[in-house]
Amino acid sequence: MSLNASDLKEGTTHSARLVEDLKRTQIVQYAGSSGDYNPIHTDELFATQAAGYPGVFAHGMLTMGMTGKMLTDYVGDGRLTKFGVRFTNQVWPGDDLDSTATFENMEDVDGETLANFEVTTINQDGAVVLKGYAQARVD
Amino acid sequence: MAVDKFPVEASHIMMFARSVGDDNQIYYDEAYAGNTELGHVIAPPTFVQASAQFDPDYFLRPKIGSDWFGSGKEPSGLKPKADAGDGEKKSDGGGGLHAEQHYEYHRHPKPGDVLTATSLAGKTWEKEGKRSGKLVFTESIIEYRDQHGELVVTAKGVGVKTERPVDQ
Repeated sequence: MSLNASDLKEGTTHSARLVEDLKRTQIVQYAGSSGDYNPIHTDELFATQAAGYPGVFAHGMLTMGMTGKMLTDYVGDGRLTKFGVRFTNQVWPGDDLDSTATFENMEDVDGETLANFEVTTINQDGAVVLKGYAQARVD
Repeated sequence: MAVDKFPVEASHIMMFARSVGDDNQIYYDEAYAGNTELGHVIAPPTFVQASAQFDPDYFLRPKIGSDWFGSGKEPSGLKPKADAGDGEKKSDGGGGLHAEQHYEYHRHPKPGDVLTATSLAGKTWEKEGKRSGKLVFTESIIEYRDQHGELVVTAKGVGVKTERPVDQ
């Protein structure tokens, strides 16, 4: 599966739900796979009493990883050439996340057609938790 | 971060994909992947972050025989750095957070690759934050190269140290 350049117009969007009611266990699972065991993400006692946060919160990279699924489901496997984000708000257990890619423009580089997208992931309150861009090879 | 040897393994890719909630067969099913334009399993877009597993000095992994700052009997396994003098334990404050992450894919890693990660120093800058006091940003650029010395992924990360925990 991949995208056709002719299907993309400025402002074309693709959205997907990334997660509903994010579980602490998924954060633990991400700690294990990524190797980032910072207790601020998985250890409620540390997060609240030693670090001063209301509770544990997700790795930014978990949100980026989930956002990556929205992108690759849309542009096709192995098609991404760039993906970059800023983490703008923390993601907490219980959050619902939705992500949107918005087509911006096309460029031709070395005979390949590359599509540029703006990427935004929001939580259930509409707060932006991740903002960035992606670029993908299209047909 | 410098990693001399980051072997990209099929089971690690599968576990990583599961952890980000991605059940795409391209990340675990060789037979399926063989019939795609790629022809093989690949790693998801943020997988190289897991190179931390192969960094012997990675500070966010408990080390055998060393103190760990997560909770045990106490909220933190490390003694408070400073005592305010009135017996109050001083908070670690906000500590480090991940502010930005950027990837450029020259190709997507696949099982069997053995990558190296070389870190290039980036910029450092400061900013006054409304919700967490003074912010110190540090950029690092990591080049992931394969067993042939070819560039696979270029990663740029930005970390931020906050003066205090982020206000909610």
